[in-house]
Amino acid sequence: MKIAVCVKQVPDSWAEKKMVNGLLDREGVDAVLNDLDEYAVEEALRIVEAHGGNGEGGAHTITLISMGPARTTDAVRKGLSMGADSAIIITDDALVGSDAIGTSKVLAGVIADQKFDLVLCGTESTDARMSVVPAMLAQRLGWAQLTFAGSVSVTPETSSVTITRETEAGIDTMKAQFPCVISVIEKINEPRYPSFKGIMAAKKKPMEVHSLSAIGLEAQSAWSAVVDATPRPAKAAGIKVVDEGAGGEALLNFLAEKKFI
Amino acid sequence: MSQVFILAEFSGDAPAKTVAELATAGAKAGSVTAVVLAAPGKGAALAGLITSGPIAEVVVIESDAFVKYSVPAAADAIAQLISARKADAFLVASSAYGKEVAARVAVQVESGLITDAVDVGADLTATQLVFGGSTTVHSRVSHGCAVITVRPNSVTPDLAASSPTITNATFDISASAQLAEVLSSAPFVKGGRPELTEAQIIVSGGRGTNGDFAVVEAFADSLGAAVGASRAATDAGWYPHSHQVGQTGKTVSPQLYVACGISGAIQHRAGMQTSKLIVAVNKDPDAPIFEIADFGVVGDLFAVLPKATEGVQARKS
Ligand SMILES: Cc1cc2nc3c(=O)[nH]c(=O)nc-3n(C[C@H](O)[C@H](O)[C@H](O)COP(=O)(O)OP(=O)(O)OC[C@H]3O[C@@H](n4cnc5c(N)ncnc54)[C@H](O)[C@@H]3O)c2cc1C
Repeated sequence: MKIAVCVKQVPDSWAEKKMVNGLLDREGVDAVLNDLDEYAVEEALRIVEAHGGNGEGGAHTITLISMGPARTTDAVRKGLSMGADSAIIITDDALVGSDAIGTSKVLAGVIADQKFDLVLCGTESTDARMSVVPAMLAQRLGWAQLTFAGSVSVTPETSSVTITRETEAGIDTMKAQFPCVISVIEKINEPRYPSFKGIMAAKKKPMEVHSLSAIGLEAQSAWSAVVDATPRPAKAAGIKVVDEGAGGEALLNFLAEKKFI
Repeated sequence: MSQVFILAEFSGDAPAKTVAELATAGAKAGSVTAVVLAAPGKGAALAGLITSGPIAEVVVIESDAFVKYSVPAAADAIAQLISARKADAFLVASSAYGKEVAARVAVQVESGLITDAVDVGADLTATQLVFGGSTTVHSRVSHGCAVITVRPNSVTPDLAASSPTITNATFDISASAQLAEVLSSAPFVKGGRPELTEAQIIVSGGRGTNGDFAVVEAFADSLGAAVGASRAATDAGWYPHSHQVGQTGKTVSPQLYVACGISGAIQHRAGMQTSKLIVAVNKDPDAPIFEIADFGVVGDLFAVLPKATEGVQARKS
C-alpha cells in the first residue's frame, strides 16, 4: 500500500494566540506538528504494521505531505521520527494567508500526481479548527470520503476499508474501496513517542521541499478574508468562596440571584 | 435582496432548533429558502413541519442517497440547487455533517467558506470567536456564494409563524459521491437531557469526579442541564467522547456552564470560554478555571454538588 498522511505545522496549542493584520501571528509562538495529525501518522503506521510494515523490508510506504512556511520541516521531522518514510513539503511565499479552499487545492495537486491508495488526515488543525480539508480533498480528488473515523480496518487483498464514523449525531459504519481519504478522531489510538533510533533515522529520510511552480500550481488568493479582529476584554475576576460546609448553599444563592432557579 | 439558502435538518419528528436559527441569521440578508433532503416519499411531510422562522420557501429534494451516501450526496444536491438558483449565501449548522457538506459545496460551486460563525450580518459578514473566544473576528467570503457554517445556539431564533411555499427539485448524484457507503447507522438515542450544543445550562465533570459522574448528572438533572466532560474524563472512558467539551470536543456557549473537578486547561477553555456565566467547583484554590469563573467554590465536588442538588430540588417543590 502507498499511504499519504497530510500533516500541518501549527502554533503550540498550549500557547496564547493572537492576530496580526488579519492573520494568525505564527512568529511569536512555538511551532509543532498538529497534535491531531499525530493520530493520523500513528494510524497509518498501525495499518502498515498489521500487513508487513514499511521501511526496510516492508512492502508499504508512508509519505507525509505538508503545506506551510519554511520551518514546517521541523514539525514534519517529528512524523518521520515516528516512522513515516519520506515527506513532501510545499512552501511558497505566495501561499501565506491561504484558506482551506486553497490548501486543499495544493494538497490535492500533490496527491493526484502520485498513485496513493489511502490518504490519512487528522480531523482538524488545532489552529484553524475548521474540520473541512479532508472532505475538500475527497471532493477534489473524486475519491471515497471516510471521515471522522474512530476505528479503521483495511484489507489490502481486496483494496477495501471499513470505518466507524463517530460524530455528535451517532456512529455509522462505512465502507469503500481504495483510493480513500480518511480522517481520524483522537480516540482512535495513542500516538507513539518517537524513539531515539527513530529520531536518528529521521535525519536521513528523504524530504522534498518544493515551491508551487515546481509542482505546476499557481497561487490562488483566499476566497474569504478577515475584515477586522478585536481581542475581547478580559473577564473581571469573579467571586470565590471556600467551602466550609456552606459552599453548596452559596452556589445555590448565586444561581437563584442569576435566576437559574 | 440576497437569496439565502439554508439546510433544514430534523431531529426525530421536528425541525432541529438550528432551522429557525439559520433562518433568522439569513433573513437579515435577504429572503430565506430552506432545503429539505428527504427519503423518497417523506419530503412533503417533513416540509410541512416547517411552520416557524422567517422562511419564504421550502425546497424538497428526495433521494435514497442521502442516507446511503450521506455527506457527498447532500453536497451534490445542494451545490446543484444553489448554482441553478444563483444563491448569494448557503448557511448550515456547524456540526461534523454540516461542515463537511459546506466543504464539498464550497469546492463544487467555487466559493469561499467560513466556519463556526456565531452571527451573520445583513451584508453576509460573519462574526467568529476565535482562540477560545479571546478574539472576535469579522470576515467575509470574497468569491462566489457565501458558504457559512453557523454554531448552534448562538443566534436567538425568531419563531414567528410562517407558511412557506413548498417546491420540489431533483439532482444528479455524481459517481464520486457514491464511493463510500453507509452500511449501518446508530444515531445517539436522545436521553432525557438536552443536546450539549443546544443546552442553556451545562454541568461538566473532569478528572476530579474520579469516574463517578452520578453527582454531576444529578446536579445537571436538577437544573434541566446537559452533561459535559473534560478530555481527562472522556480519555479515561468515564463519559462518552461525544460529550467532550474543548478544543477537540464540542464548542459550547450556554447561559451557564458549571465546571466540576476540571482544572481549566487552555484546551478545555477553548470550548467553553464564551459561556455567558461560568461557575467552577474545584478543590484547588489555584486551579486556572477560577480565572475565568464568575463564581467559584473551592471545595470537594462530592460535598458541594449533592447539597446544591438538594437545594435546587427543595426550591422547586
Ligand atoms: C491537542 C490537545 C487537545 C485537547 N483537547 C481537549 C479538549 O477538547 N477538552 C479538554 O477538556 N481537554 C483537552 N485537552 C487536554 C487538556 O490539556 C487537559 O489535560 C484536560 O482538559 C484536563 O482535564 P481535567 O481538567 O478534567 O483534569 P485535570 O487537569 O487533572 O484537573 C482535575 C481537576 O480536578 C480537581 N479535583 C480533583 N478532585 C476533586 C474533587 N473531589 N472535588 C473538586 N475538584 C477536584 C483538581 O484540583 C484539578 O484541578 C487537549 C490537549 C491537547 C494537547
